[in-house]
Parts: sequence; structure tokens; C-alpha cells
Amino acid sequence: MRQRLNDPVTRAAVAIALAAGTYAISYGVLAVDAGLSVAQTCVMSLLVFTGASQFAVVGVLGAGGGTLAALAPALILAARNGLYGLSLTPILRGRFAVRALESHFVIDETTAMARAQDTPGEARRAFLTTGVLLFVCWNIGTLIGALLGSGIGDPKSLGLDAMFPAAFLALLVPQLDRPGARLAAICGGVVAVVLVPFVPAGVPILAAVLGVIPAMRVLRETAQATP
Amino acid sequence: MSWAALLALGAAAYAMKAAGPLVVGRRTLRPDLVRVLELVPVPLLAALILVQTFDDGRRLVIDARVPALVVAGVLVWRRAPFIVVVLAAAGTAALLRAA
Repeated sequence: MRQRLNDPVTRAAVAIALAAGTYAISYGVLAVDAGLSVAQTCVMSLLVFTGASQFAVVGVLGAGGGTLAALAPALILAARNGLYGLSLTPILRGRFAVRALESHFVIDETTAMARAQDTPGEARRAFLTTGVLLFVCWNIGTLIGALLGSGIGDPKSLGLDAMFPAAFLALLVPQLDRPGARLAAICGGVVAVVLVPFVPAGVPILAAVLGVIPAMRVLRETAQATP
Repeated sequence: MSWAALLALGAAAYAMKAAGPLVVGRRTLRPDLVRVLELVPVPLLAALILVQTFDDGRRLVIDARVPALVVAGVLVWRRAPFIVVVLAAAGTAALLRAA
């Protein structure tokens, strides 16, 4: 166990999972406040398991919106997981049943952890370690929040909302030395920030995929230089 | 919210996650396509970092999250351990909000 905790991948996965678990407590509180039962709150964390979508649903319902108004933004926010899933196909190559199970873990955190590694083996290990730990913490946190209800402090007062961009930055930077990555990151970031005021939540991050297009030229040139 | 709507959301969220791994599966993709696919999370993560730092419900704002990200950026550049980066960012935001 000690050896495991000395491993940077495991340590990072534990940190991310604990931060997410704390956020799940506030999701649980908001969900029950918005009128979901404790069972519904927990089943959503088990089955939907993508934080941004879950917060969107309970946000709309809590503000008095209907089911359709709650589902639309949740689906837009979940759509980027489709792009992550595609990008992870090189490391998710097991039997159909294994892939079907692993697919449930395809989210921001697991993708970022996987792509921050240098070899496919390490990427797969980082994906699975983060996925399992985060799934466990996310669901325990949800249950705690749903049972405790309001009266829990705002995670923002602990700066927890600032942890996620910091974590993603730490996981993005090592990827920037790869061909085309800097250009893709800059273009994707610009596209997203410009769109934020004009489009629904989730669309800016989805549209950032356009950042890959200018980077494809760099990829082609690199491929020609090193056949 | 009805159970049916909840289960439909679960099914749709799962379908999006699983489409790539289940449809592409074990097929061997062309190496240039793999390079493009592997690049896809890079602009998305860059966008995620910026949106999570500046977005306040379809408005761009500058608050305690921005200095927290700057602190994180300096620590990443100095090659600090992951946990140090993340805790320093949280601490910066928490201190600024308490002040």
C-alpha cells in the first residue's frame, strides 16, 4: 500500500477522487433540495456519473425548471465525453464486456490523467485507477450529501472549485510538448472563451475540438519529417 | 423528476461515453488518425481550464479562481508535485475569499 501511494499516478488519482468526492457532497445536497429523492440522487451519480451534467440537472430543477429544460443542458455537457471516448479508443481495447464497463469511466478527469502519461500501458493504468477511485468517492460523497441535506458549508469557501482547473493544468502541461499540441490548446482555449457569453453551457468546451484542425498541419509535417 | 427521465439521461450519457470504445473497438486505426484522436483532449482540456476559471454562468468574470490558476501555473512550471499544485490553488482561492 505504501509503495502504491508513493506512485505519482496513484497519488494524483487519490487527490482528484477526494476533491470530486467533496464536490459530490454538494451535488447530493442540491439534488435533494431540488426535489429528487435520496434514491434518485444516488442512482443519478451511479448511472450518469458525469459531474457537470448532474449539477446542470439539479440546477435547472432547483430553479423551478421542468424535466426537458433540465435534460437538454445535461446532454450538451455530456457530449464531450463522446469525444473523449473516441480519443481513448487506442487504450480501451479489451473484450467487448470490458470495454462496455470501462466506458462508464470516460470523463474529464480520467481522460486528462490517461493522456498525461507517456506510454499506452501507463495511460490505461492512470485511466482505470482514476476511474475506480473517482467513481467510489463520487458515489459516497453523493450519499453523504443526500442524507445530510443543506447546512453543509459551500465547497467554494475551501477553494475546491479552484482545484479542478489547477489539476487539469498540471495534467495538460506535459502533453504540450507533443506535435501540434500547443497550437491546438491555444486555438481551443480561444474558441471556448469567445463563445462563453453567446452559447449554452457545454458548447464552448465541445467547440474547442476545432482547435485540432490547425494542429493537423503540424501533425502532417511531423509525420513527413519522421517517416 | 421521474425515474424514466433519470434512466433516459443515464442511458444517453452512457451511450456518448461508450460510442467510441464500443464502435471502434479493437479495430486498428490508421496511425495518422490515432495521432489526431489522441490530440483531441488537448484543446478540450485547455477550454475546460479556462471555462472553469473565468465562466460565471455565461459571463466571463475575474475572481479568486484566477490568482489560484496563476499560482498553479507557476508551480507546474517549477515542476512541483501534483498534490502541491492542487492544494496551493485551493488554498489561494480560499484565503482570498476569506479576506
